Amino acid sequence: MTARVSRRALLAAGGGLLVSVSLPRAEARADDAPLPGSLKDTPFLDAWIRIETDSTITAFTGKAELGQGLKTALVQIVAEQLQVVPARVHLVTADTARTPNEGVTAGSHSMQDSGTALLNASAQARLLLLNAAAADMNVGVETLSVIDGVIQGPGGASRDYGELAAKLSMHVRAQPGGGLIDPAGYRVMGVALPRLDIPAKLTGGAPYVQDMRPEGMLHARVVRQPSAGAELLSVDVDAVSRMPGVVTVVRDGNFLAVVADKEWRAIKAMRALEASAQWNETATLPVQAEAPALIQSLPSRDIPVLTWTGEAMPTIRRISAKYTRPYQMHGSIGPSCALAVYGDDGVTVWTHTQGVYPLRASLAQLLRLPPEKVRCVHVEGSGCYGHNGADDVAADAALIAVVVPGKPIRVQWMREQEHTNEPYGPAMVAEVSGAIDAEGKIVDWTYDVWSNTHNRRPNAGGLLLANAALPDPLPVPPPAPIPMPEGGGDRNSNPIYALPNAKVVSHFVPDMPVRVSAMRSLGAYLNIFAIESFMDELAEAAGADPVSFRLRHLTDERARAVVQLAADRFGWVAKAPRSSGVGRGFAFARYKNLGAYCAVALNVTVEHETGQIRIGRVVAAVDSGQPINPDGIRNQIEGAMVQSASWTLYEEVNFDRRHITSTDWSGYPIMRFPAAPASVEVHIVPRPGQPFLGTGEAGQGPMAAAIANALRDAAGVRVRDLPLSAGRVKAAIGV
Amino acid sequence: MITLTVNGHQHAIDAEPDTPLLYVLRDELGLNGAKFGCGLGQCGACTVIVDGSAVFSCLTPIALLPGRPVTTIEGLGTAAAPGPVQRAFITEQAAQCGYCIAGMVMRAQALLARSPTPTEQEIRDGMNPNLCRCGTHMRILAAVRRAAGMAPVQKADAR
Repeated sequence: MTARVSRRALLAAGGGLLVSVSLPRAEARADDAPLPGSLKDTPFLDAWIRIETDSTITAFTGKAELGQGLKTALVQIVAEQLQVVPARVHLVTADTARTPNEGVTAGSHSMQDSGTALLNASAQARLLLLNAAAADMNVGVETLSVIDGVIQGPGGASRDYGELAAKLSMHVRAQPGGGLIDPAGYRVMGVALPRLDIPAKLTGGAPYVQDMRPEGMLHARVVRQPSAGAELLSVDVDAVSRMPGVVTVVRDGNFLAVVADKEWRAIKAMRALEASAQWNETATLPVQAEAPALIQSLPSRDIPVLTWTGEAMPTIRRISAKYTRPYQMHGSIGPSCALAVYGDDGVTVWTHTQGVYPLRASLAQLLRLPPEKVRCVHVEGSGCYGHNGADDVAADAALIAVVVPGKPIRVQWMREQEHTNEPYGPAMVAEVSGAIDAEGKIVDWTYDVWSNTHNRRPNAGGLLLANAALPDPLPVPPPAPIPMPEGGGDRNSNPIYALPNAKVVSHFVPDMPVRVSAMRSLGAYLNIFAIESFMDELAEAAGADPVSFRLRHLTDERARAVVQLAADRFGWVAKAPRSSGVGRGFAFARYKNLGAYCAVALNVTVEHETGQIRIGRVVAAVDSGQPINPDGIRNQIEGAMVQSASWTLYEEVNFDRRHITSTDWSGYPIMRFPAAPASVEVHIVPRPGQPFLGTGEAGQGPMAAAIANALRDAAGVRVRDLPLSAGRVKAAIGV
Repeated sequence: MITLTVNGHQHAIDAEPDTPLLYVLRDELGLNGAKFGCGLGQCGACTVIVDGSAVFSCLTPIALLPGRPVTTIEGLGTAAAPGPVQRAFITEQAAQCGYCIAGMVMRAQALLARSPTPTEQEIRDGMNPNLCRCGTHMRILAAVRRAAGMAPVQKADAR
């Protein structure tokens, strides 16, 4: 049964809060009810919250700050539920020696998993403290209030959290619920608290793993295999060993690295080593232009996503279309970096991985050490947007550290190493067919999507890049699909629209011609691009306004509210005046159909002669459930849309049969300031008390489709292959 | 030994003359603001100011620098007392991961020193050498406008 706490709670009284609770009964057992968020896996309160006798509050999360504002949001949750000012909360993030195992920080899950766990753990910790205070003061708990961590009782009596915590064990199992502050009384959650990490980042603080400089640190650089499977024939180790500052050269099979006292000397030695290395290479890559067709033709495992069978309706028109995306890269501005030190206790690795625990398991296998001899500590890096080189460089650092025991080894990849070795977002193909009836409603829908896996994150040593270079490589686990409802290649392939007849099939392609893994929003980027482009194509076939056409097929009230808000704030009217070269586009999706809702309306101008698309005003509406930090939500959605605009307008990894040729920013251009939108507005639909909905990836898909739809409106062309590059648009226009 | 003037202080540097300024700032002087991004002058993460101009510190060997004052983001202010451009970035919350942001601030600082009331196009063109991957462009532009004393563009009102 559920331990209950009365909801009626909060009467703001002179800055304090009067909290009335009824206590969990002694016999209350919660073992059979599911615990919220990550409390499911880590149920003891003291794994999440600790309060020292000096009233210091430490909160623990297994998730990592990736630049998404996670630390600030989690501190807000803890401060709210413990009724303290945010500055009192010290947050410890992902560390295999200290924090809960919350897997990877990915999939817009952090607030749902860790935020929900900390919300409940903090609330229940506050209840324990209130109960202890009531017993100590011999008063009813309903007479107590909390002001910044000091419990106020009748007649001026007070107890601070620290003195109560000293007499109290927090090593108790969490309850399924109880003690939560009424959202109507929130003072910290739902507020645009400035990000706690920004001042240091703007003043040369040392928040990044790249900035760590422990005593005795040495700099290492790796010479990577120039192509997959390349064999090292010869290399002049002796000459490089004699270069200034070089401590050692590491050669183990095809794994090649150099260690030096200073970073620039390590780089020069690495360049010399690289120049002297002779490799035997084979052509392993496909023909770039044929990549989508290849993905569609390789053997696949066909996974039914959904079949809706209703009444067969008379149709007046059926249309079909095919959409593709190329390989695209995460493109972190800072190449991946890690530090590792090896000693009697094993190896400690400081890393910007998204998953310290899975990385620990992988490194333990790679180093042939027991997992307890490997500690992974998350330290921020450059934004990653998915599985980039973070784990692989951690493996490099660990392998080198074992060769130079006792010395912290810092490895940072060079730009071309990040560009050519990170696992890319997979190339994909989607085919869709739809039929409409005489009333302009969709009566039939079929959708097929072809994709590789979107998850090659290391949970085994065989998945780390360096493994393939070693003389005794570990076996490489086969790729696996991520099951729906979250999905991988099929993420968001299930339409959110109410359709009487629909069939969706995901064709999972195990063979990976190019190294791929998770990139922000996974398959949702292409699936939403395809579905939302196709919704406009169907609306056009039905002679309907795109916004009304969507609303006609949406029954979820929250979805409708978001669509309506974006349209209203944009000033969308059904019959807008048209002018050549100027167009507007709309798109909407609910991320994974279970996360945040996001609608985008925007306008573009298209330069007829060049095919160049310029993005004008962008208006988005988003529903993330209970907002923790509205400005954090806006920052994430703005960033997602601008990043997606870059993917959508410019980005495609180039390669020949042997090498990735997008080796730097000239070979893989991304959006620069002159091409950024004229303006971006994000409007939030607040949903007080509703569950947190993952937001970080919700903007990627809708932005892509909104641009394609605006291109159609502006220039009369429908481009279905990403990116919507100037060359491709120009060819479609036919000038 | 090469003598460099960084943020108003003189430093005798024991490094090879071809060493790019970036590595001296970071590893010899412990100044973390300038970041390695590409080593090619394509991304601007390493931007600092030399003789009043924004330069790529990853491409500037220290042999070229004696007698030429270097300013890094650490020279503009501190977290407790940020300079005007830093303050504008904080007010606009113009960072996500923040790896590019010190370079952005230095680029903006040099731009505004040269052109105190830039047009929107001048700001965009001026910031062109620097890349951001989180998509924080709109906030960075707003911060530069704010630092220039221009009216901030309207922000969304749903708080």
